[in-house]
Amino acid sequence: MADKTPTKTAGTTETTGHEWDGIQELNNPLPKWWLYVFYATVIFAVIWSVLYPSVPFLRSHFTGLLGYTQRTEVARNLELAAGAQAVFRDRIRNLDVVAVRGDDELRRFAVAGGRVLFAENCAGCHQSGGVGTKGYPSLADDDWLWGGSLDDIERTIRYGIRSTHDETRVSQMPRFQADGILTAKEVEVVADHVLSLSGQKPANAQNAQQGAKLFADNCIACHGETGRGNRELGAPNLADKVWLYGGDRSAIVHTIAQSRNGVMPAWAGRLDDATIKMLAIYVHSLGGGE
Amino acid sequence: MAPNPSDAATRPARDEALLGVLAPSLYADHVKVYPRAVRGYFRTIKWVVLAACLAIYYALPWLRWDRGPGAPDQALLLDMSGPRGYVFNLEIWPQEVYYITGLLILGALALFLATALFGRVWCGYACPQTVWTDLFLAVERWIEGDRNARIKRDAQPMNANKALRKGAKHALWLLISAATGGAWIMYFVDAPTVTRAIATGAASGATYFFFALFTLTTYGLAGWAREQVCTYMCPWPRIQAAMQDEHSLIVTYQGWRGETRGKHKAGDSWDGRGDCIDCRACVHVCPTGIDIRNGQQMECIGCSLCIDACDEMMDKVGRPQRLIDFVSLSNLENRAKAQPTALKLLRTRTALYAALLLAVAAVMLVALGLRSDIVFTAQQDRNPLHVVLSDGAIRNGYVVKVSNKTRAPMHLRLSAEGLDGADLFLAGEPGRHAALDLSIEPDEIAEYHVFLRAPRRTSGLTGLSLVLRDRSGRDVERLRTQFSMP
Repeated sequence: MADKTPTKTAGTTETTGHEWDGIQELNNPLPKWWLYVFYATVIFAVIWSVLYPSVPFLRSHFTGLLGYTQRTEVARNLELAAGAQAVFRDRIRNLDVVAVRGDDELRRFAVAGGRVLFAENCAGCHQSGGVGTKGYPSLADDDWLWGGSLDDIERTIRYGIRSTHDETRVSQMPRFQADGILTAKEVEVVADHVLSLSGQKPANAQNAQQGAKLFADNCIACHGETGRGNRELGAPNLADKVWLYGGDRSAIVHTIAQSRNGVMPAWAGRLDDATIKMLAIYVHSLGGGE
Repeated sequence: MAPNPSDAATRPARDEALLGVLAPSLYADHVKVYPRAVRGYFRTIKWVVLAACLAIYYALPWLRWDRGPGAPDQALLLDMSGPRGYVFNLEIWPQEVYYITGLLILGALALFLATALFGRVWCGYACPQTVWTDLFLAVERWIEGDRNARIKRDAQPMNANKALRKGAKHALWLLISAATGGAWIMYFVDAPTVTRAIATGAASGATYFFFALFTLTTYGLAGWAREQVCTYMCPWPRIQAAMQDEHSLIVTYQGWRGETRGKHKAGDSWDGRGDCIDCRACVHVCPTGIDIRNGQQMECIGCSLCIDACDEMMDKVGRPQRLIDFVSLSNLENRAKAQPTALKLLRTRTALYAALLLAVAAVMLVALGLRSDIVFTAQQDRNPLHVVLSDGAIRNGYVVKVSNKTRAPMHLRLSAEGLDGADLFLAGEPGRHAALDLSIEPDEIAEYHVFLRAPRRTSGLTGLSLVLRDRSGRDVERLRTQFSMP
């Protein structure tokens, strides 16, 4: 073991007196003020532990004398954010939706806020970015059942489609086969004609010609002579490339035979007025707004 | 070995052994350094550098620079809330912080080069810790007298004279600290405005906090901590040896000439002894309190004041100057062997540092020269990647950002090239346009959601260019991006 006699022989540096195999352990003492700084940090830690949540118990913890928690901090921040937004929301409430979009500041607020509101309330059906999916219309394209102006979009959101609201938009396509208006054969004939309207090749060219007569008798009241639809009635355009329930023959046959009755709820009463206007502006900005 | 409590008779001796002998103290008392005043060549240089550094530091925030209306007129201002950095006619945005990174790299390389050539000149002359400690020591000397008077007074019990002088010294230190802390704030907020606000009590709590923080750190570091900062806090003394070699100039005692040292009386012979008269003048003037005659030490900041002190003594006793010299270890050896000496500045190490320094400087100059007043980016929408329109055409969306770094509005036209039959429109403003007129406010980033519509062709991705042109039709910026089809 070491020789425990301290010396000051290793150069000018004090040694601890420890020596192993001829190697001496030197002692370069730390300045005392440095040690006091360490004590100061210990005192700081004690004060901190008393003021802030620190000691865990079995079912709870010591909450500290200041009663600080990060939850209340978050709640306060959320309150502050809501307070900051209230100014914009009040202004939006007092203007019609076209005027809101005309105000550059409000439009930016509406689009940014609308993105979040859309994700919370609409994306479940219309998908993120409003791309839609089968049965749930794309809000990003330029094809609108009930119109793509700001006012139209706002009304659709506010009152819904086939919803329980008194002001709801309603359209009803007959169930041509199920209700016995057309036979199964006639439905296929009409379907072939509908295919030809949008430039698709019908399965049976003869059917397509015969179908024109049936189409004129049964469909043009709503869909128009050329099948371009009618937004007043919510009748879709059959001559374009966008299909809500699919544009192939079997999907069209099914639509004619059984009809489709998609429902969008009315958001009036669920969302406040400013939120509905913000959503309308956001949806309008997705690319298809008119 | 466990102590035996029953062995009462031997306990005091054992405790003494444990405390005093077996366990030497791991903590040392602070030994106060009382540097003596000195005059001479290096002291003069040090005063000049000190005056220059302080003048630049205190005066720079007050330098005005006209940038027109709406922009601050301070020549050097790092506006954190802006957030903009104003450096004379350059206006840096947060994303250009690499200019500051580049400056820091340049500073580090310059420090390496200076250290390889001349040792710790940075530490001894230009480091803020040295400059302010020197200034505070000058104040201390002015009020409390030179070394001997200060040692004597510190040993006295408190009396009116001592209290008055100590009080005056600390008051003056705090005054300088406040000016220093205040000046630091002025690099981040407008100098005249913040000075008025602090004086009238109208400044924000944050301003007072940082003002107090920098005042107290200056007072503590330059007044109290002094050489402790260099010895115990600063990492540089531990690193800098890696930049030095035997050709680096360092402050060193020429032992071959000085030894054997000893007291010398006028008339005594100089034969058979060294030039060092062991007067300890070099120790008394040292701001870190070391004896340079012990050779190179980590505590030595290379300030060269011991050279001035020794030269003065050598003059008095009629021996040649520079017993302590600013010399390389290699030349010290040559001198000892009476061989010719040569200053070797160009070495692999110094050439490498210099080359790196020039390379970084060149890169920074090129970056500065190529700096554009416009930043143009376009990010293609991910969701949806593409939208099929009722006529079968495809639409893609892009978030286009244009930063206007100038102080004048920009009027630009955005168009797409390389995509046949394409037209554009802005979100919420339907239409078919060959080009979009964009107006970007001064010093702003304008963000647009741009939709691009093109007839359907091949599926997959098609490359295209988004082009910004000015009113005369000249290309300003061009960006390659892509158009996605189902």
